[in-house]
Amino acid sequence: MPLVKQGRITTDLFVHVADGAELPGDGAVLVTAERFLADPEALLRRAGKTGVIWPNNRNLDDLVPWLDRLASVALVFPTFRDGRAYSQARLLRERHGYDGELRATGQILRDQFVFMTRAGFDAFEVKKDADADAFAETMKRYSVFYQPTGDGRVTALNRRMQLRYSESAGQ
Amino acid sequence: MYAYDELDRTLINERVSEFRDQVKRRLSGELTEDEFKILRLQNGVYLQLHAYMFRVAIPYGTLSTKQLRRLAHVARRYDRGYGHFTTRQNIQFNWIKLAELPDALADLAEVGIHAMQTSGNNMRNVTSDQWAGVAPGEIEDPRIWSELIRQHTTLHPEFSFLPRKFKIAITASEHDRAAIKIHDIGLRLHKNADGETGFEVLVGGGLGRTPFIAKTIKPFVHGRDVLSYIEAILRVYNQYGRRDNIYKARIKILVHELGIEKFAKEVDEEWRQMGDSELRLDHRAIEEVRSRFSYPAYEKLPHMPDELKQAAHDPLFERWRKNSVSAHKVQGYSIVTLSLKPVGGPPGDATAEQMDALADLADKYSFGEIRVGHEQNLALPHVAKRDLPALFKAFDRLGLATPNVNLVTDIIACPGLDYCSLANARSIPIAQELTRRFANHDTAGLIGRLHINISGCINACGHHHVGHIGILGVEKNGEEFYQITIGGRADENAQMGTLIGPAVPYAEVADVIEDIVEAYLALRDRPEELFVDTVKRLGVEPFRERVYATR
Amino acid sequence: MTSPLEQKKIRITGPSVVTANRTWDGAVVYRTAQKGWSTELSDSAIVSTSDDARALLAEAAADDVGAVGPYIAPVELKDGGKVKPGNLREQIRAKGVTIDLQVPA
Repeated sequence: MPLVKQGRITTDLFVHVADGAELPGDGAVLVTAERFLADPEALLRRAGKTGVIWPNNRNLDDLVPWLDRLASVALVFPTFRDGRAYSQARLLRERHGYDGELRATGQILRDQFVFMTRAGFDAFEVKKDADADAFAETMKRYSVFYQPTGDGRVTALNRRMQLRYSESAGQ
Repeated sequence: MYAYDELDRTLINERVSEFRDQVKRRLSGELTEDEFKILRLQNGVYLQLHAYMFRVAIPYGTLSTKQLRRLAHVARRYDRGYGHFTTRQNIQFNWIKLAELPDALADLAEVGIHAMQTSGNNMRNVTSDQWAGVAPGEIEDPRIWSELIRQHTTLHPEFSFLPRKFKIAITASEHDRAAIKIHDIGLRLHKNADGETGFEVLVGGGLGRTPFIAKTIKPFVHGRDVLSYIEAILRVYNQYGRRDNIYKARIKILVHELGIEKFAKEVDEEWRQMGDSELRLDHRAIEEVRSRFSYPAYEKLPHMPDELKQAAHDPLFERWRKNSVSAHKVQGYSIVTLSLKPVGGPPGDATAEQMDALADLADKYSFGEIRVGHEQNLALPHVAKRDLPALFKAFDRLGLATPNVNLVTDIIACPGLDYCSLANARSIPIAQELTRRFANHDTAGLIGRLHINISGCINACGHHHVGHIGILGVEKNGEEFYQITIGGRADENAQMGTLIGPAVPYAEVADVIEDIVEAYLALRDRPEELFVDTVKRLGVEPFRERVYATR
Repeated sequence: MTSPLEQKKIRITGPSVVTANRTWDGAVVYRTAQKGWSTELSDSAIVSTSDDARALLAEAAADDVGAVGPYIAPVELKDGGKVKPGNLREQIRAKGVTIDLQVPA
């Protein structure tokens, strides 16, 4: 499964470590929320980076205290029609100020890339190679956005008002 | 009319390109049907019994003549020459080929029409009063707010994969023509004690398997905060709405299970945390959208022109005028409703020829504007009274002058088993038979206001729960049966109807309805007492006795 | 969407066919014995045991590109081998709507 980060396919430095499986001595790992919360300090003391896979039905409160020490948060799309993780992503970015890697995992198709990016995701475990290859192209699909999110893209309403303001200023 | 600018047009075109790519990937096998289904639904494409069905959005029911002509073009070029207006102020086409859909969408995009979010688990077409902007006594034009909400919820990155579909309706009049109490969110525009514009916000209404009347979650949300408050509701719903059972996934179930107080607390807490967000609409933002709505340059015309006085001698004209013409906020003008319920016709259908002809008439008599109402009728919102006689003659020639608006033959019906893959029983032939039984317009006039709503299955697209008489098709051992309720209503006093007796087979439905109407005529206090008021006064029992005594 | 094969309780009580809608245009189609699709009910492969029905459905469902949403539908076999739809829904799918489509003008 290809990982897309910073707009292109890259090698995934993180290893998904299953519950009960032994942690590698170093190197970056992604562990489940249960495993992480059982002993966060021990995990964070490891030589390698730590990321947490956070389920989409779990409140973020337990995660928030650790955000500045985490190298990645992976939010889950069990199927692409289950959109709970979009809300979690926006809350992590816009309310809790998380600025590390925010990864989308699960059933990820190209048709979600724009939505996910707007919600704050910057890393994508893409299901199909063809979709991963099409990432850059797909991100160009839209140039107009109606609603403000934390991604900073200017909304249509703001562009209109800027235009109106510059027009009246020029008169 | 709301005038699209370059940004709106660009977005629609970008959506068409995206959908073209999705169709291409489906036809090549790159996308499975399982994957594609969600994607096509986000753009209004269903698979029905005979073919794909394509639902096109008509935001808050306002159409220009250019747009109506383009809909006629789509009906002719890509479909079988007709379209069906729905209870969500949309239009749907029944025979579209998937391979041709991107072209049909591109044709529609040229006139600023799209199919975004006309199905799927997202924010559906924001509906409003079909008389918005012209109804006397309206607080202000609710479409400005509808448009603000439409834009905000179109391709929303957080709320495009909600637990289930989500519908908002807005009214700004005392009399609710937008059925806000049966919506996920209902908004009633009003002014607070300080004269500021805002909304009573209702939440958790809906029909379907588990019908609920919406409850007030906040008596007044200031207009500037309406987007953030809606966003808070949606965020709570997106996170906590049930996803384990499709029949329990609507927000009404969440509101019901939590209770309105607890749900309101969750929303308020989320709203508080959102704080002073970018979603707060300043005065300039509201004015920006308001400025894009244009209104006709009305003339100063007499209240009672000579043309109208002369035509009053024509009883056919007078009957139509009394039935289909309503008061306008500007003196000398009228709102004219066009019945899409001809005797023997499928409710809500219009042919391409009718659409074209109507567009011509709207250009001539209604400043180029047409409205679509949730009762599946159309309206011309700005007709000078002096033009009414000429308009009547033209409508009559087109089969659009049936004087049955709000009468017993003005039936709301879903497509039913003739088209729909979810249906258990047929709806349209039942409606057709009823229009024949009550074909005499004088008798219908005597009966007075009476709404019959028919759904072919429990999903209630025909709003049967809130029909004065509701008819619900069910299946029993492979046969079509119909449950009949009475006393429902969809307006500001919305309530669900009550079952009158055991379900009856297809062939007996029209007889039973006739008996119910006869019972009403015998039971009503005085001719002015409406059917629904008689049911309210007496309850279901006297009706049940009369109708089922001999069955 | 549940895969049609997960509808485990496939039990037919009489002659049946597999029907679906063609992907590119949505037309009603029936699975043929030649592992293709036809718009004619008379071309359809007819099965009469639940095992055969399940096998025909599995084979049809594998063609996700050709047709959408295959399922088993009952048919009636008339004298002379003529095949008729087995219920109202299938009659409507085979023959079209039961209403006069013309909006009276």
